[in-house]
Amino acid sequence: MTAPPRYASQNWLETIAAWVLGILWLLPLLYAFWASVHSAGDATRFDLAAPLTFDNFRHVWAAAPFPRYFLNTFLLVSLIIVVQFTLSTLAGYAFARFRFPGRDLAFVLVLLQLMIMPDVLIVENYQTLAHMGLIDTILAIGMPYFGSAFGIFLMRQTFKSMPKELDDAARVEGAGPLQILWRVYIPLAKPTYLAYGLVSVSYHWNNFLWPLIATNSVTSRPLTVGLQIFSSGDQGIDWSIITAATLLSVGPLLIAFMLFQRQFVQSFLRAGIR
Amino acid sequence: MRFTEAKAAMRWRGAAAAIGLIMGAAGLATPAGAVEISFYYPVAVNGPLTQLIESMTADFEKANPDITVKPVYAGNYGETLTKSLTANRSGQPPQVAVLVASDMYTLLDEDAIIAVDDLAKTPEQKTWLGGFFPAFMQNGKDGGKTYGIPFQRSTQLLYWNKDAFKKAGLDPEKPPANWDELVADGKKLTQKDAAGNVSQWGLIIPSGVTSHWLYQGLATPNGAKLMNDQGTETYLATPEAIEALQFEGDLSHKYGIMPSGVLDTGTTPNDFISGRAAMLYHSTGNLTNIRTNAKFDFGVALLPAKKHRGSPTGGGSLYIFKHSSPEQLAATMKFVVWMTSAEQAARWSIGTGYVAPRPDAWETQAMKDYAKSFPPALVAKDQLQYSVAEFSTHNGSRTTKALEDAIESVVTGNSTAEVALKKAQTEATRLLRPYQH
Amino acid sequence: MRQERQSRLLGWGLFLPAAIFLAGFTYYPMLSTLFDSFFTTGQAHRPSVFAGLDQYQDMVDDPIFWQALRNNALFALGTIPTSIGLALLMAIWVNGKIRGRSLLRMAYFTPTVLPMIAAANIWIFFYAPQIGPVAHVLGLFGYGQMNYLGSSETALACITVVAIWKEAGFFMIFYLAALQNMPPNLADAALIEGASRTYYFRRVTFPLLLPTTLFILINAVVNAFRMIDHIIVMTKGGPDNATMLLLYYIYQTGFTYWDSNYAAAMSVVLLLLLAVAALGQFLFIDRRAHYQ
Repeated sequence: MTAPPRYASQNWLETIAAWVLGILWLLPLLYAFWASVHSAGDATRFDLAAPLTFDNFRHVWAAAPFPRYFLNTFLLVSLIIVVQFTLSTLAGYAFARFRFPGRDLAFVLVLLQLMIMPDVLIVENYQTLAHMGLIDTILAIGMPYFGSAFGIFLMRQTFKSMPKELDDAARVEGAGPLQILWRVYIPLAKPTYLAYGLVSVSYHWNNFLWPLIATNSVTSRPLTVGLQIFSSGDQGIDWSIITAATLLSVGPLLIAFMLFQRQFVQSFLRAGIR
Repeated sequence: MRFTEAKAAMRWRGAAAAIGLIMGAAGLATPAGAVEISFYYPVAVNGPLTQLIESMTADFEKANPDITVKPVYAGNYGETLTKSLTANRSGQPPQVAVLVASDMYTLLDEDAIIAVDDLAKTPEQKTWLGGFFPAFMQNGKDGGKTYGIPFQRSTQLLYWNKDAFKKAGLDPEKPPANWDELVADGKKLTQKDAAGNVSQWGLIIPSGVTSHWLYQGLATPNGAKLMNDQGTETYLATPEAIEALQFEGDLSHKYGIMPSGVLDTGTTPNDFISGRAAMLYHSTGNLTNIRTNAKFDFGVALLPAKKHRGSPTGGGSLYIFKHSSPEQLAATMKFVVWMTSAEQAARWSIGTGYVAPRPDAWETQAMKDYAKSFPPALVAKDQLQYSVAEFSTHNGSRTTKALEDAIESVVTGNSTAEVALKKAQTEATRLLRPYQH
Repeated sequence: MRQERQSRLLGWGLFLPAAIFLAGFTYYPMLSTLFDSFFTTGQAHRPSVFAGLDQYQDMVDDPIFWQALRNNALFALGTIPTSIGLALLMAIWVNGKIRGRSLLRMAYFTPTVLPMIAAANIWIFFYAPQIGPVAHVLGLFGYGQMNYLGSSETALACITVVAIWKEAGFFMIFYLAALQNMPPNLADAALIEGASRTYYFRRVTFPLLLPTTLFILINAVVNAFRMIDHIIVMTKGGPDNATMLLLYYIYQTGFTYWDSNYAAAMSVVLLLLLAVAALGQFLFIDRRAHYQ
């Protein structure tokens, strides 16, 4: 729900502060727009009269098989989201509403995983997947992330915040625990799923190091690996090319986010109305 | 239970189908009976390099129909090394990779590579092995055997802005030939604006990532030899080495011709192109970039001398990985010989701006035409006679880091060169102790 | 009784799928890492030998390890309160009736969507001496000539700013979801009683946000030790180890020096540190958090 007028921020001082912060936060993206349509020499100066060019985009598009990379990234992110949501929901529900022996210890172990960076375990995970014969597949990129402590923690907190009266009401109507999950908890947690989805998609759309190590071919590599070509070392940073490549790769994400904003708001609102 | 189970099952089936499709597509490439080798390569310079690599490997396959080469783009040099060694540790290494020439000891310590002499069976192959510039072979040899085959190599050059020279009253065709001239020219070229802020610096020597390489551009002309040929000892605190590093620090703190602090290797070519600095020490790899983007007349020259001329070599070499089948090793050898033959080396050099590593490549018509149309390309070759190996030892990343920490502490003004290098030498000696035998 | 047993089985059953993946790709490799930390790293001519606690002793003697720890503490102090505070502020603003709400929401969230590789390169330009915007702005105050990323005094502060920029919007989303989930009758009741805005926030909103704050706090603590992508691109731990953070040192040791067992020992120490920090918070706050 949006806070009632009395408690919602309205005074102009806050509006200005919020806007200044917003612009500061947007600066890198705004710069990306600027640099990507100027040549390398003009990108680092702010001469408004400098000529615009789309060469950078053309150059980037020609240098890598983008459509394939887009498809791979899309498949990868979809796979991860679906599996993560499923597993985290089930596990989060278990921790929030069930008593079973070893539950607290298990949850502590889950929290521990939050602190273990998958990047440090690259060699071991590569070996595991090599044994399974899965190297160079989209599944290989996703597997180490299927069990998500972040997701389990998030769903546990969310489910724990739901009023127990809803459980009782549903049980009175004869619903079993799984039906309660399906019919009551999951729909109510929609804003959380949206938040989690947003965050997970961003992370995996932009993940680089593990996908680089785990894949070799165009058929399985995501966008980030394909675009790394533009972060070249010896010749210094070419901001025009990097920003053009970035915009091409996160463009869909940004557009989706802009479109989804309405969904976002509506679902938040709907969830609040009781 | 039923819902979730069914949904999960559907998802797994869908995933399995997708995998199958993908693996099937990948598997179509290899014709029956052919030997397949995989080739990891980095991209460190701008340009359509992936396309060039792919067309070169396609040409090789045409000439050798019983061999299939799978080129895999593997990131930058560091990432390519990570990927190669991770794969090697899992028992599935690539057959050949382009890695930094100074990575040799790391690869040997990981038991990853094989000596090329052992694979050179025919007389042609043996002749081929002896046909590279000696300067480029220095980083690739150990214990009398050759492990690294020069592929995309470089030396360091002095870039100078001719227009800036003219404006400062200096002869635009005469770059500084030694350190004294470097400082004198630098002082004339350093210009301040009305508020007292520097608008143009005389010189920039990068001191960020790979600062050890740029430092060698000062140490070598001063006659400092930083390590022994076996890669088991370092000599970082000799008077020559200290003098060279102190000079690098003095350029900012005493002569005022260079900005102080760590100068990022990535932003410095841009500094030169934008006119923020009138002279630049950098790799030949930047020649094409600067040529394309500089809106002024510029020149390249050998690095200024102190006791004599000198420069480190740099760039990447081909390494053949050990744990492959005998057929793969033989096929890889053919591939390596072909990729570094005169025509291919010339082709690669022209397309990337790296220095062709063999004299016979420079004799090809393509190369001669290129050099005529772009004379600066010859300067790098001329410097080879004064060039030495890049700093490289066992446990190389760590000893290099000790050296680079010293360099950084001097350019930031946190330490004198003597204190910093003595500390680095102690650390390097400690790191190399297990390798003394 | 049977109900209870069924309930217990169901609980484990629900957790099992996630547990399998966690075990396979986190616990097992981590245990293997722990095991490795007691051996020296094997090499071609020097096979791995049992070293007991030697690797840990080396760590204690390693000045770079201590500097990394110190830098990480400063980095954490800089990022955690600031990004959480900003996130809460942003969420409250965007949840209210501020003009241009949806645009602001996007603006705050954009850093999360941009890949760190690209964002870090853009920040390199921002901090570039003389030509970057930071130099132009700070030049007005007389600090225009500094080499921000290249001086050991300022480099850590610079990357802290980048981290805050990346994180605040990410946390904001969760606060926003929580604020949207708050029951409306509370606000109505407070309104009737004539509560002021600050009072409402302090006594109603903030306590109800505790579960979310706990979640965000733990993530912020963990992120303070996990965020090294920008360091990989921008400073690589320099200048002169001024921005060397623990995880970056571990990564460098494992994947640049290939001294994987020393890296393993440091990973174990990092893990223990985080375990104590995060779990401590969890146990402390979870008891106090108001769950319905």
